[in-house]
Amino acid sequence: MAVNVLIPTPLRKYTNDQEMVSAEAGNIASMVTDLERQFPGIGARITDEQGEVRRFVNVYVNEEDIRFLQGKDTELTDGDNISIVPAIAGG
Amino acid sequence: MPKTLGMKCRECGEEYPLAPIHVCELCFGPLEVMLNWEEVSKKVSRKSIEAGPPSMWRYHDLIPVEGPPTVGLNVGFTPLVKATNLGKLLGLNNLYIKNDAVNHPTLSFKDRVVATALTKAREFGYDTVACASTGNLANSVAAHAAEGGFKSYIFIPFDLEQGKILGTLVYGTNLISVNGNYDEVNRMCAEAGGKYGWAFVNINLRPFYGDGSKTFGYEIAEQLGWRAPHHVVVPCAGGSLVSKIYKGFNELDRLGLLDGGVPTKMYAAQALGCSPITTAIKNKAEIFKPQKPNTIARSIAIGNPADGHVAIDTVRKSGGWAEDVTDEELIDGIKLLASTEGIFTETAGGVTVAVARKLAAQGRFEKDEIVVLAITGNGLKTQEAVAEHLGKPVLIQPNLTSLEQALNTERLLQSV
Ligand SMILES: Cc1ncc(COP(=O)(O)O)c(C=O)c1O
Ligand SMILES: [Zn+2]
Repeated sequence: MAVNVLIPTPLRKYTNDQEMVSAEAGNIASMVTDLERQFPGIGARITDEQGEVRRFVNVYVNEEDIRFLQGKDTELTDGDNISIVPAIAGG
Repeated sequence: MPKTLGMKCRECGEEYPLAPIHVCELCFGPLEVMLNWEEVSKKVSRKSIEAGPPSMWRYHDLIPVEGPPTVGLNVGFTPLVKATNLGKLLGLNNLYIKNDAVNHPTLSFKDRVVATALTKAREFGYDTVACASTGNLANSVAAHAAEGGFKSYIFIPFDLEQGKILGTLVYGTNLISVNGNYDEVNRMCAEAGGKYGWAFVNINLRPFYGDGSKTFGYEIAEQLGWRAPHHVVVPCAGGSLVSKIYKGFNELDRLGLLDGGVPTKMYAAQALGCSPITTAIKNKAEIFKPQKPNTIARSIAIGNPADGHVAIDTVRKSGGWAEDVTDEELIDGIKLLASTEGIFTETAGGVTVAVARKLAAQGRFEKDEIVVLAITGNGLKTQEAVAEHLGKPVLIQPNLTSLEQALNTERLLQSV
């Protein structure tokens, strides 16, 4: 499954400043694995030692927060748009 | 020597030079500005603060900007009101309202964060500022951008109260209404990120923005005669304010300015329809679960709070607690504060009052302890919330018969 991943500014130094990259993955966990294969070092920024998405990282599949879906087991289909976004303040 | 030394990740401790960045590259944790405490502690005393202007800038030495303030010079130093009537009702002898409903110029505590962020934006050399907002931040950024001569872009969810929309447009800004809830607005703004070279006060200026809220805490302590209260109840959205008030008390204590240290317990207040922070605290959960907001308390309707973890940590560390209330309860809260103390607060304030009432009923406050309610916004901005709950004026003809009749039929004359 080829999906599009929007990379946030703090992680673009791993992707040669590319804002959008493509990954082969059936779910979020395997997407992170594939990103790590392509861009060594990026995986540990997104997930912790236990493979859980870090608590300050938000991941969205087609604009829906994966915590409203199945978290890192959320399934992906061809052409899905994934955003990785740091938490931001406001009010 | 500069006053601000750099920034540090609150989560993992990684340090960064001072720059318009907001998250740690290693773990995405929030960054905080490091003050040069050696310099600061030489300069700051009760006297030096008391000699300052009657605004938040009397604490300039503790606010993370280098030069003098250039925007929002009159923000802050709002009244700390002893709430005798409401206190009686709650069984409290020392209840206080910190009343940012009358903060200058846009009637919410957000003027504190914006004065700080825009002063820093100018130091960084920006000419355009932006924000994503649930309303109050929008009002404040628009006003201060006008004052400071910045261009501005403001993003809001489409369904905000009329007062919040008007109170943004009037300053002449670019107001962009997004067909989604605040969390969706925020995500989009984060994705837009650095694309346009704007100073996004709640994104790339977040470390500076956040510390503006410390002044809410400094003022409470100074106004209590240089002591920290026993309890503070704070409405939470992104979760920044509650931890910055606590940080404010602890910084004053670190400088030796407080009598009696920091006994303060912090309490988070949210609306039941958007309660990720209070739910986590009440359930003793390790992490919060985001929610899809459904409440009339729109100013604090953030389902995915960026500083939620920080807020939860702060409440726990301080020994405080959390409560949430229904929309009906928050409306009653607004009316209760108005009818007992003559203070008209917005929905977030209604939540705070209603939560305080619950906490008092749970016996969390001793009757002589000092309890402070953070009233952070003004009721005239959220009139829709109470419009249907206040009755109507009595219409009469301009003559005494009509008056007499009305007084009798409407039972307006108190029988003695
Ligand atoms: C009136 C009011 N009170 C409280 C808050 C909560 O602030 P924070 O996002 O720092 O938790 C907000 C935030 O928008 C607000 O507008
Ligand atoms: Zn970090």
